[in-house]
Amino acid sequence: MEIVLWVLLGIVVLLLLFYVFTYNGLVRLRNQVKNAWAQIDVQLKRRYDLIPNLMETVKGYMKHERETLEAVTNARNLAQKISDSGAAARSKAEGELSSALSRLLAVAENYPDLKANQNFLALQEELASTENKISFSRQFYNDSVLNYNNKIQMFPSNIVAGMSGFKIGEFFEVTTINEREAPKVSFS
Amino acid sequence: MWEQIRSNQIRSAVLVIGMGALLFVIGYFLGLYFFDSGIGGLLIAIALWLIMTLVGYFQGDSILLASAGAKKIKHDDHPRLYNIVEEMRIASGLPKTPDIYIIDDPSLNAFATGRDPNKAAVAITSGLLQQLNRDELQGVMAHEISHIKNRDVLLMAMTSVLLGAIVMLSWYGSRIMIFGGGGSRRNSSSGGAAQGIIMIVSLLLMILAPIFAQLIYFAISRKREYLADASAAMYTRYPEGLASALEKLGASSGQLKSANQATAPMYIVNPFRKKGKAATDLSSTHPPISERIRILRSMGGGASYIDYEKAYKQVHKSKGSVIPASAMSLAGDLLQPVSRASAVDNPGRLERTRETSDVMWKLSDYKTIECSCGTKLRIPPHFSEKSIQCPHCGQKHVL
Repeated sequence: MEIVLWVLLGIVVLLLLFYVFTYNGLVRLRNQVKNAWAQIDVQLKRRYDLIPNLMETVKGYMKHERETLEAVTNARNLAQKISDSGAAARSKAEGELSSALSRLLAVAENYPDLKANQNFLALQEELASTENKISFSRQFYNDSVLNYNNKIQMFPSNIVAGMSGFKIGEFFEVTTINEREAPKVSFS
Repeated sequence: MWEQIRSNQIRSAVLVIGMGALLFVIGYFLGLYFFDSGIGGLLIAIALWLIMTLVGYFQGDSILLASAGAKKIKHDDHPRLYNIVEEMRIASGLPKTPDIYIIDDPSLNAFATGRDPNKAAVAITSGLLQQLNRDELQGVMAHEISHIKNRDVLLMAMTSVLLGAIVMLSWYGSRIMIFGGGGSRRNSSSGGAAQGIIMIVSLLLMILAPIFAQLIYFAISRKREYLADASAAMYTRYPEGLASALEKLGASSGQLKSANQATAPMYIVNPFRKKGKAATDLSSTHPPISERIRILRSMGGGASYIDYEKAYKQVHKSKGSVIPASAMSLAGDLLQPVSRASAVDNPGRLERTRETSDVMWKLSDYKTIECSCGTKLRIPPHFSEKSIQCPHCGQKHVL
C-alpha cells in the first residue's frame, strides 16, 4: 500500500514540476515577444531622429527637389504623430516613410556634389543601416512570435498554455509596396 | 533559439563532465603511482583545473584580445562595421551589442569571445575588414554573434581549459615516469604486480587521454561551426553573404601570428590552415571551408535551420545531423526575408583599404591632417613641433 502512495506522490510532484517549468518557459517567451516589439519602436524612433539631419544636409544641394524633400518630412511627421495609435495605421505610415526615403536617396544619385559630401555619405550609411535594423527587429519579432506560438500549440506544453490562458501572438506583416513579396504563412 | 541553448547546455555539461572525469582519472593514477595515494593525485588535478578554469573564466577574453593585439573601436571609428554588428545583435536578439575590436593583421580572420552574452566581444583582422563587402561582413559577424548567442565561447573556453590540464598532466607525468623514476615505487614493498598494473595503466592513460580529449574537443568544435553557420544564415536570411565571405577566406592561407592551438576554435576559420590541406580531417577544429560553402549554397533560397539541415545532408549524403533536434521545430518556415539595403553604396576594395588604414592609424593615436593638395599627413602621438610642412606642396599646417 505504502509503495503505491509513494509512487502517486512522485507522479504528482513530477507533474507539478513540469507545470512550473513549462509555465515559466511560456512567460519567458511571451516577454521575449513583448521585448522584441519594443525593439522595433526603438529603431523607428531612431529613424525619426535621423531625418532632420538628413534634410539639413541635403537641402542646399537639392533645391529643385522640393516635392521629394517635403514628402519625406511630411511622412516622418505623420508617422511620428500617430506612433501611439494602432499597429495597422502605423505600419502604413512607416511604410510610406520608407518609400519616401528611398525615393530621396534614389534622386540623390543625380547630384555628384552631394554624393561627395562626407556628411551625406555618413548619413546614408546610418539611414541604410537603420532600415536594416528596422527589418531585423521585425524579423526577430516574428521569430520570437513563431517560437512562442509553437510552444503554445505543441504537445505537451499546449496543455499548460491552455490551462493558464496564454494566447497566440500576432505576426508582423509588411504592408508596403516596395518591399519584397514575402511568402505568406498560414496558421489555420 | 532558447530550446537550442538549453539542449546545448545539457550537452556541454555532459562533455565537460566527461573530460573532467578523464582528468581526474589521470590525476588519480598519477597519485597512485608517485605517492601511493590516488586521492592526493586527484586533489592536485582538481587544484590545477580550478586555477586554470578561474583564470580562463575571468581573464580568458582579455588575455585572448590582448595577445591578439586587438584594438577596441567606437561607432565613429568604423560606422559600417559597428552598424553591421548592431544589426546582427538585433536579428539574434542579444541583450547588448558586443564590444568590437580590430586586429592589425593582414591575414583574414575573425573571432568572438566573452563568457556570457552580456560581456562579449567580436574581433576582426584589418585584412578581412578590407576584403569583405557589406553583405559578406554581415555574414561573418552573424557567424560570430551566433557563437556568442549559442554560448559556444564559454563552452569552448571551458573545454579547452580541461584539455589543457589533461595535456599538461600527461606530459609532465609521462616525462617524470620515463626519465625520472617513480618516487614511492621503490619504497613500497607490497605487491610488485599491482605496481606494474598501475604503471601500465598510468602510461596508457597518459598516452591516450590527450589524444582522446583532443578528438572530443575537435568534434564538438566542428559541430559548433556548422551550427554557427546555420544561425548566421538564419539571422541574415542571406546564406550567400557568408558563403562568399568564406570563399575569400578559403582563398587566403596567411596564418594569424597571434593565434595558438587553444584559441583556434574561436576563429571563423582555422587560423593555422594551409593551402591544399586534406578536406576532411579528424584533427581539425574547423570543417573544411569548401564544404561549409557548399552547404550554404545548397540551401535553395531558404535560410532556416531546416533548410541548412537539408543542405547538410545533401552535401554529406548522410543521415548525420548538425542541428539539435529541439532547435529544429522553432526554425520553421522562413517568415520574411529582410529587404536588403541596396541604396547603400558598397565601397570598393580600394576605398575599404583606405578606410581601414585610416582607422588603424587613428587607433594608434596618430592624427591625420588632410592637406589641400590631397596628401594625408600622419602625425605620431608624441610629435612635439608646433607646425608641419606638407612634403608634397610645401604648405604649412599648424598643429
